[in-house]
Amino acid sequence: MTFSPELEAKLEKLMNSYPPGRKKSALIPMLMFTQDEVGSITPELVEEVARRIGIPTVQVDEVVTYYSMLHRKPMGKHHVQVCTNISCLLWDGDELYEHACKKLGIGHKEVTADGEFSLEEVECMGACSWAPAIQVNYDFHHHVTKEKLDEIIDSLKKLR
Amino acid sequence: MADLVNLTINGRAIQAPAGTLVIDAAKKAGIEIPAFCYYEGYSLQAACRMCLVEVEKMPKLQAACTLPVGEGMVVRTESAPVVKTRKSMLEFLLANHPLDCPVCDKGGECELQDMSFRYGVGESRFTEMKHHVDEKQWSPVVFYDGPRCILCYRCVRVCNEGMGVGALGIINRGEQSLITPNAEDHLDCDECGMCIDICPVGALTSGTYRYRTRPWEMKHVGSICAFCSDGCKTTLGVRGHEIIRGNNRDRSGINGEFLCMKGRYAFDFIEHPARLTSPLMKVNGKFEEVSWSKALEAAAKKFAEVKSRGGKFGIAGSTKTTNEENFYLQKFAREGLGTNNIDHHRSGDVVALVDALDGRADALAAMADVYTMTASLVIGSDLAQEHPLIAFQLRANNRHHHGNTYAVTKGPVREDKYAAASVRCEEGKELEAVEGLREQLSKEKELLVVFGDAIKGEAVGKLVAFGDSLGIPVKYICLVDYSNSRGAMDMGLLPDLGPGYVPVDNPGMTLPEMMAARDLDVLWVVGANPLARHELGSSGAFVVAQEMFLTETAKRADIVLPASAAYEKSGTVTNVTGECQKLHAAGRTMGTKPDLEILGLIAKGMGLNLGIWSSSNVFEEIRKSVRGYNIPLPIIATGQAAQTNPLSGRVRVTPRPDLIQSAGNTLFTSGSLGRYSKKLTSVLEHPGQLYRP
Repeated sequence: MTFSPELEAKLEKLMNSYPPGRKKSALIPMLMFTQDEVGSITPELVEEVARRIGIPTVQVDEVVTYYSMLHRKPMGKHHVQVCTNISCLLWDGDELYEHACKKLGIGHKEVTADGEFSLEEVECMGACSWAPAIQVNYDFHHHVTKEKLDEIIDSLKKLR
Repeated sequence: MADLVNLTINGRAIQAPAGTLVIDAAKKAGIEIPAFCYYEGYSLQAACRMCLVEVEKMPKLQAACTLPVGEGMVVRTESAPVVKTRKSMLEFLLANHPLDCPVCDKGGECELQDMSFRYGVGESRFTEMKHHVDEKQWSPVVFYDGPRCILCYRCVRVCNEGMGVGALGIINRGEQSLITPNAEDHLDCDECGMCIDICPVGALTSGTYRYRTRPWEMKHVGSICAFCSDGCKTTLGVRGHEIIRGNNRDRSGINGEFLCMKGRYAFDFIEHPARLTSPLMKVNGKFEEVSWSKALEAAAKKFAEVKSRGGKFGIAGSTKTTNEENFYLQKFAREGLGTNNIDHHRSGDVVALVDALDGRADALAAMADVYTMTASLVIGSDLAQEHPLIAFQLRANNRHHHGNTYAVTKGPVREDKYAAASVRCEEGKELEAVEGLREQLSKEKELLVVFGDAIKGEAVGKLVAFGDSLGIPVKYICLVDYSNSRGAMDMGLLPDLGPGYVPVDNPGMTLPEMMAARDLDVLWVVGANPLARHELGSSGAFVVAQEMFLTETAKRADIVLPASAAYEKSGTVTNVTGECQKLHAAGRTMGTKPDLEILGLIAKGMGLNLGIWSSSNVFEEIRKSVRGYNIPLPIIATGQAAQTNPLSGRVRVTPRPDLIQSAGNTLFTSGSLGRYSKKLTSVLEHPGQLYRP
């Protein structure tokens, strides 16, 4: 399996970022970077990553099934993640999540028919000071209200 | 010696070397700290939280399995918070556990049962439905029952670190976590079953044993594995006269916690339907079942007749029969029949090594050296396939002591993963490849050289000369194939050497010479199958075979005498590193006799006086007369391994490298015998990629 030249360069840099004998540390970032390009963690990707790092595929599977940000099915172009953990919950993060469900017409880990949006109810993402928080792909949005959520989604829709 | 640290556990002042874990320091002082996931010799996990203890000045309870001792540390293992936490931890561990102890294989020898009994609370606050997954079969011998699993990761670690295979993993998280095999729904691995032994609960169970009996209904007999020459102890579970399982839970042998598929499951050849249970005699070209007395009388009569007219005998001994049987057989040949025409299938040139070492007794390695020596050189053997215990101990050496391994082999081997250097070379070019490693090897403090049948004849002398030239202490292991290959040579199943490698006058015929001879009158084969490799040149030869199965050789025989298996015998065997260990009869097959008894009865029928044919009597004779076998009886009697050492000066023999050929067995083959283990063959019928590296 080969990736785009940009990604290959990134992966090469990654593989050389750890001390000797610690290549396994590259596993999670490598999975995340390649997922972004491939769209999801496919069985072929698991094998490729295992080969590059030099570990059995079962050890890649362990990580893929453990972390919720690694998806075995493709998510939407804009992956909306709403936190409902304690700090966000106290600021009505659960209602925000319900609102997102209605707005997008999908539920947890579902994708809209056009493939543009997907939704995920996530645990704490370390933005407690700015609760309630959401994350769209790698971008954070703080102190999100229902209105602000609508604005974010509508502006993303206009991007197409 | 590391600095000693002073600490207090439960009010007792204790000293332990710096770096010791609290759980080990406590154990040494006789204080038990319960734990599931902690397993000596493997990486730390701290997953089960059973070993939480109270440490003064530390805000929370600490896991004793990952906490090193500290100066002035005050530890409490039985205080109220600790006891309460342990009860809660067990309650958590049992939250999804099905508590199907009445039908579980592990019931009666289960660590979870023991812990619940000793530390448990006796009730549960959980009212939720238990999370269930169905039982799965992963291989002919490994079954997984997910709900019983307590996620201690022991199986995952032993497979990764101990075996170097990494066939197991844990997928998902939290209460959804499951152990998973490497090939989607099945295992592609060594099938060693170490994961089953090490499992503290009944989550991983054995295909040969599951749901067949209860641990307390069996007698547990420790004996030595009947297959390769490594000499692992296997504990056979016996109900009545039937062997139900083999395992290594007791870990008292030279193999520590290791046991491979052969020792664990392949005992099933004993009850193979093709097993011979009655003597056979050929009448008009067809076998007829006859009584023991008739068959023995016929053999004795034939032997006496051929002996009296000065006819030619050829005797092929076994690499799987006991030292006592081998010793008695050569005595029978030399004293009883007056011939040196005795040999066996040789798989390694031990004779050349004994000769080359010229009496240097400290240059023969013991199995323990594989684990402790700082550097090892492996020549011409795929150890993970052919000698799994040596491979296991080398990995453990690397893991625990950072021992350096050098591999000089034809193809890739498992040692490559951690080897200091791996060299690929063609057959016959091994010594040149070793020479190429001279600079690296001479920088080592000491060296263990393990060589297979690639080095034989004069090459052994050259290898020893190379070792001498390094200027460091060097020890050697000459690899041989089967459980008593080494013993067969030590006991003098050789045409030119008697017991203890003492040259005989008038050397006899070698095995190929016997087979090729056109004038052989009697071919007597004890536990071997030479006709699988050779044609019998003498068409008129009278063939007597002592065998368990109708092998190629037995089929050609005129008299077939059904022999007992190694698991049905008493006696001793000597492993590849010269360690002598005692067999204990576990099972019994009606109609068969141990080879020693058969030899004794034929001798009696011929009117020969070769001594009493009980294994203890013959062993006494071996101890008194065979060089290097004057070993302490208490060591043998208590089931330990006694080091033999046959070295005493040069052995004056002509090198015969042409006679030496290893069978190159894999993990799932073992010469003729392996064909009769359904468990071994069932794995071969479903091959995976890991079977060859």
